[in-house]
Amino acid sequence: MAKGFDIRRQTGFATVAMACFVILYLPIVLLVIYSFNAGTSVAIWEGFSWRWYQTAWQNEQVQAATVRSLVIATWATLIATCCAVPAALATTRQGTFRGYTFVFAMINQPLMVPEIVTAVALLIFFAMIKVATGYTGLFYLIIAHSAFCIPFAYMPIRARLQGMDLSLEQAAMDLYGTPWRVFRRVTLPQLWPGILAGAMLAFVISLDDVVITEFVKSAGQDTLPTYMLGQLRRVVTPEVNAISTALLAISVVLVIAFFFLSRKKK
Amino acid sequence: MIEISEVSKIFTGRGAPFTALDTVSVTIRENEFFTLLGPSGCGKTTLLRVIAGFIDPTSGTVVLDGQDLVRLPPYKRPVNTVFQSYALFPHMTVAQNIAFGLEMLDKPRAEVGKTVDEMLALVRMTEMADRKTSEISGGQQQRVALARALAPRPKVLLLDEPLSALDFKLRKDMQLELKRLQSETGITFVFVTHDQEEALTMSDRIAVMNAGRIRQIGGPRDIYDHPAERFVADFIGDTNFLDVELLSIAGEQATVRLPSGAEAQVRAPGEDVAPGPVTLAVRPEHASLSGGAGAVLPGTLANVVYFGTDTHYHVELEGGGRFVLRQQNQPDQAQTRAVGDAVEVTLAPGVGQVLRD
Repeated sequence: MAKGFDIRRQTGFATVAMACFVILYLPIVLLVIYSFNAGTSVAIWEGFSWRWYQTAWQNEQVQAATVRSLVIATWATLIATCCAVPAALATTRQGTFRGYTFVFAMINQPLMVPEIVTAVALLIFFAMIKVATGYTGLFYLIIAHSAFCIPFAYMPIRARLQGMDLSLEQAAMDLYGTPWRVFRRVTLPQLWPGILAGAMLAFVISLDDVVITEFVKSAGQDTLPTYMLGQLRRVVTPEVNAISTALLAISVVLVIAFFFLSRKKK
Repeated sequence: MIEISEVSKIFTGRGAPFTALDTVSVTIRENEFFTLLGPSGCGKTTLLRVIAGFIDPTSGTVVLDGQDLVRLPPYKRPVNTVFQSYALFPHMTVAQNIAFGLEMLDKPRAEVGKTVDEMLALVRMTEMADRKTSEISGGQQQRVALARALAPRPKVLLLDEPLSALDFKLRKDMQLELKRLQSETGITFVFVTHDQEEALTMSDRIAVMNAGRIRQIGGPRDIYDHPAERFVADFIGDTNFLDVELLSIAGEQATVRLPSGAEAQVRAPGEDVAPGPVTLAVRPEHASLSGGAGAVLPGTLANVVYFGTDTHYHVELEGGGRFVLRQQNQPDQAQTRAVGDAVEVTLAPGVGQVLRD
């Protein structure tokens, strides 16, 4: 090994790193532990029990919020991914064009603009439409989620496209493949891991959203995260821990799947 | 027959415009093994991609059997390409790769199957039909790429340095294989390479390119024996360059005065070369140290290098300059010449080529 500057050997590096991990993960570990608490407190351990998982499972509000969360996340994932694929193709396959950087920035805008700004803007905008049309269904939430999920779906798809050998598509075109058939027979089969990764990321991001949902939702349209937020204002029981732990489990599974999909090459 | 007329390609980007092709005109004949030869960056691959349709020329036309290709997208051109990287589809088997072009042409299923079998046999890959392309060797991938490009029976097959990724032994085998495929299929091959030996051994005709222009077109012998320019003489094989004075010229025969004062009968690329100082190119194996008829350049033997098949003699010429000769070795031949000997380099009549520049 060359003896260059090694950050890992600097005094205090290990301590700071450990501190960061502890601060990051200890609360989550505690949250998971107390989801199994037999008592009603989120801080005093009274023994092991599945009680709060059963309570959450039978809670009709939780059931409704879960279904709503899944419906919104599913639709938002579908719409965002369907928008992200052509966007990724247009920004990787057409060469550089005038305004390329501008378009790229526009696609990724939701990552930069403070979420609260988007939330307030959507609140006002949708309020106008609600007044004009009288429609107050889930559609607003689905559209709002789709919009901020696009960059998350876009990134892995674009990365996959950039990693692909351009000569494959040229070869397909050379062998009499029209652009659409080249896409379907050569580009798409190789793009799938990227599309799945992008969709999963979008799904997790939608499932997790609080700020925009809180502003956009109409009465009785709580998703799981906004329902939990509402509960915290009243009595805090380990039921919230149980729901969080379930959400955490879903996210971990999806993130692990995402990791394998985006890592695997050929 | 492909007629390429005054094709230019100027790349404009952030930097200064780059002329990749500079008014290139060439006619490639039916059923010909035609090679574009030149150093990297000479425009040979750009020209190939213009024919394939991946690059639009800035100006000029490419006409194949009376049809102007320039306006057609790649998928409407009856030409197929063998890519340098092979570009085999990794999610398909060998047979599926070969079938791809036929399927895109909407050929009936039975015909596709039959042609794929023929192609597999042609490149001797029948047993590998159901393998994934990642499970076969580089040489086998090369064969599949060839079969895939030949399967739709294109009018022209374009080959972009297809042998450069293979090791020496395999490259030799594939050179013969390519010649065999070309004569068996009767398809016109346009072959791009920077390897002069590959070009000389395989081609019917060669176009030597440099800096976006075709410098000379001719058969391998023509190009090697009678290079028209210094670049061609220098790029292909080894050459001695002599500063001589052109005295007279008649057709392709010329008379020059050598530095030694002797007059020599040599070849000229045409009557358009003006009398006066010119460069004479002489191949090392065309000159002789054993006397005979011809013009003489006296000198001193500076070095003798044994190469197995032949021996190289480095001669320090009287009046300056160095001349290298090559003579084929015979079994148990005694070395009669030693460094420091006075020798005479003889150019027989017709040996030596006047260059245009």
